[in-house]
Amino acid sequence: MVNFKEWDGFEGRLWKEEINVRDFIQNNYTPYDGDESFLEGPTEATDKLWGKLQELQKEERAKGGVLDMDTDIVSSLTSHGPGYISEDLKDLEKIVGLQTDKPLKRAFMPYGGIKMAEESLKMYGYEPNPELHKIFTQYHKTHNQGVFDAYTPEMRAVRKNKIITGLPDTYGRGRIVGDYRRVALYGIDHLIAEKEADKAVCGSGSMKGEVIRLREELQEQINSLKGMKEMAAIYGYDISEPAKNAKEAVQWTYFGYLAAIKTQNGAAMSIGRVCTFLDIYIERDLKNGTLTEKEAQELIDHMTMKFRMVKFARIKSYNELFSGDPVWATIDLAGIGVDGRHMVTKTDYRVLHTLENMGPAPEPNITVLYSSDLPENFKRYAANISIKTSSVQYENDDVMKPVWGDDYAICCCVSATQTGKEMQFFGARANLAKCLLYAINGGVDEKNKVQVGPKYQPITSEYLDYDEVMEKYDAMMDWLADIYVNTLNLIQYMHDKYYYEAAQMALIDTDVRRTFATGIAGFSHVIDSLSAIKYAKVKVIRDESGLAVDYETEGDFPKYGNDDDRADEIGVWLLRTFLGKIKKHHTYRRSEPTTSILTITSNVVYGKATGSMPNGRKAGQPLSPGANPSYGAEQNGLLASLNSVAKIPYEWALDGISNTQTINPDALGHEEEERKTNLVQVMDGYFDQGAHHLNVNVFGKEKLIDAMEHPEKEEYANFTIRVSGYAVKFIDLTKEQQMDVISRTCHAQM
Amino acid sequence: MGQVKGRIHSVETFGLVDGPGVRYVVFLQGCRMRCKYCHNPETWKLDEGEEKTAQEVFAKAYRYKSYWKDNGGLTVSGGEPLLQIDFLTELFTLAKEKGIHTTLDTSANPFDPDSPEFMEKFEKLMEVTDLVMLDIKEMDPEKHKVLTGQTNENILALADWLSDHGKAMWIRHVLVPDLTDDEEGLQALRAKLDQWTNVERVEILPYHTLGLFKWENLGIAYPLEGVRTPTQEEVEKAEKILGIRE
Repeated sequence: MVNFKEWDGFEGRLWKEEINVRDFIQNNYTPYDGDESFLEGPTEATDKLWGKLQELQKEERAKGGVLDMDTDIVSSLTSHGPGYISEDLKDLEKIVGLQTDKPLKRAFMPYGGIKMAEESLKMYGYEPNPELHKIFTQYHKTHNQGVFDAYTPEMRAVRKNKIITGLPDTYGRGRIVGDYRRVALYGIDHLIAEKEADKAVCGSGSMKGEVIRLREELQEQINSLKGMKEMAAIYGYDISEPAKNAKEAVQWTYFGYLAAIKTQNGAAMSIGRVCTFLDIYIERDLKNGTLTEKEAQELIDHMTMKFRMVKFARIKSYNELFSGDPVWATIDLAGIGVDGRHMVTKTDYRVLHTLENMGPAPEPNITVLYSSDLPENFKRYAANISIKTSSVQYENDDVMKPVWGDDYAICCCVSATQTGKEMQFFGARANLAKCLLYAINGGVDEKNKVQVGPKYQPITSEYLDYDEVMEKYDAMMDWLADIYVNTLNLIQYMHDKYYYEAAQMALIDTDVRRTFATGIAGFSHVIDSLSAIKYAKVKVIRDESGLAVDYETEGDFPKYGNDDDRADEIGVWLLRTFLGKIKKHHTYRRSEPTTSILTITSNVVYGKATGSMPNGRKAGQPLSPGANPSYGAEQNGLLASLNSVAKIPYEWALDGISNTQTINPDALGHEEEERKTNLVQVMDGYFDQGAHHLNVNVFGKEKLIDAMEHPEKEEYANFTIRVSGYAVKFIDLTKEQQMDVISRTCHAQM
Repeated sequence: MGQVKGRIHSVETFGLVDGPGVRYVVFLQGCRMRCKYCHNPETWKLDEGEEKTAQEVFAKAYRYKSYWKDNGGLTVSGGEPLLQIDFLTELFTLAKEKGIHTTLDTSANPFDPDSPEFMEKFEKLMEVTDLVMLDIKEMDPEKHKVLTGQTNENILALADWLSDHGKAMWIRHVLVPDLTDDEEGLQALRAKLDQWTNVERVEILPYHTLGLFKWENLGIAYPLEGVRTPTQEEVEKAEKILGIRE
């Protein structure tokens, strides 16, 4: 058993015997049942730094979304000298460390794909460095090149025709949450020693492919840990040993995260479940009298400010998928421990309070791990912050805990992962709405009019017959699941080979559990279309070549989003069926297949690529996001819609079921206290039924329209809204997506 | 029980201003008032709507129990619910059997204290009603007729009856500039409010034009065309008169 003087006053034993942050937390955290009255406002330093950062953000927007970019340096742990929000104010920064040497300057990260890295430079008027071009095309292959070398013609076709979309074949797959807390608790040297011990026993006498690969990866992890030490040294810190106080604990943890975002440009780069952990250090210092509440809040504010600054260079088509520059720096609050004690600490309040001290912001992606059993005080405070800022999302701890334990983190928008024990192969989504159209058209793409799927017999009748459609849809989904899983296997293989996440994996157990995260797009439209075919009459409109291009639906039919079992059961069937088909296939590195119903803002792009549907949705119109009901389908108010979504079993969509709802403040109640109570009741009622996720927005349509028309108004500079899966500054969305958000049902009542 | 069918216009699963807490609101079809600012004119006709038994309606409502906690529940609005009093009583009886809070949102227009037959039914209804939300649209009988096409005598009579019987009551008043915001009228209402012993809450509902499109859809000329919505100051002034704010 090791022991460090920095651990004085900490209880427990197991976490000293092995790397086990959860055990440390459970033995040392202090649940907090009180209210928010202890919280402190921003310090002068916070105001100054945040003021400066807002100026920079304004400048960034004025320059078309990018403030500055690196052209000549390939980003690594030690590629840049120290960077600060402002040279003049750098002594005020309690927590330091930037991705590059300047604030909001985007690093050059070619390993995912040199083409994309260069395209993003050109898009913003920067000239790529020819020398680097040569290196990454002639001397060193990138992930993107590897994938395209190996893709089959069929894989290229499904990708091009967008029945599978958003694949991580041109950038980092992300979604891996290193256990950044380990840096603070154990110090780098101890972590290196542990990894070296793992390597020493890895594969003696049996040098097979898997073992050789693991040995190589372990060495890369060890090198990364050494690199982290050097990176911290650039900022004047020695992180070899454990953190000795709260300030160091926050700083060390942040360095762990900084290592990840300096080396990977994954779509989602989440922070994890750090609040309860950091609170232990803060509590110890408060007790010792070496820290005040004001200083504690300042540490959290400054850490949060850093999370608000994470940037990656992206290309236009990427922005169309994930609009508004999100990075999913997801940070998790609350939850309830396996022993029944809630895990709300004062630091969970402090993190929410950053939205008051520095105003609303899309990042970090603040996620409350919700249960109706959380302390009333905390639920009401979170509800209040939601009402004020629309910047918080909620996920049901009661359904996640049985699967992932009490130390899981959200690794993207809504997907859970066990901290330090697990990694995920992110796999984008298959468009099941389009798949239904392929079933009707015998594998011919309804938009591009080319044979993409297998050449099955198309449906030729004038009116659609439910049984015939279901039989053909089932066969087409078989094909889609097969090509989808195989495409992902290939992508993940290349990613491991050319863009391995050494820094994050160094902070995860060597014996790692892997999940294989697939996803579904077009969920509600398939349900409503099948319901229309079953309960109404759907006439097919064909073009001159006989291709079904539109539908006329006569009569009424039950729609998903109205708490009507006839429709909702189709949704449950669809999920179960598709997951079953996914699970039949071999998945890379013995990973466990899961699926999700979440589309982020990509619902707009997916909709563009999808033809007219039997439910009345016209070609090109956005799909509804995530597990949300279709536009205009909800006819009985918010709770009916929530009840429909709550029926989807989380166990069958372990990668997440995303639901985004907007409530008009006037409809939520006349007074502030009443609004808090009502919002808490809505969430209790929803989550107690086993629902997984809820994005809560509280504003009126008028505000959105005004913000769209007058983005220059000061009040809209930080106007944040929750979209499917993340939060975003409304004025940073594309016009198309703004229109989409506006047109979605706003739950107001007259 | 279970034979009377109600004519349902629509439901709202998420009502938060229609009684205490989170409410499941059933809008019944049919109303004889013709209020100039009505925001639900499509509920006027008596012979439309979907016919359902009280059991059917209650079973659907009861699915939302998990959102109600200890203060929410079922609200029936309209249209005018008292026009379907038998159905209403049956529905509320079912709710009370499960301990659900019931709220009646009424214009009181069908209230007829001189009819023993009506009063017998009404008293039965009140046994299963926890709260009555009553719109007092105008105190002056003549003005009331102009505004709604009907007298206000029975409306005030209902309020008196509820006060006499100690039944919890919320009073609401729609504030329309130059129509229902005269100080005299508001003072008269205040006098009544002070007199009634059962008023738990008084609300000013600022006139809005969100229901205007419905008039257009129905092809009915909108009598308040061009009337503006009240300002925040006007609302506050009215609230002061009614004693809602200091």
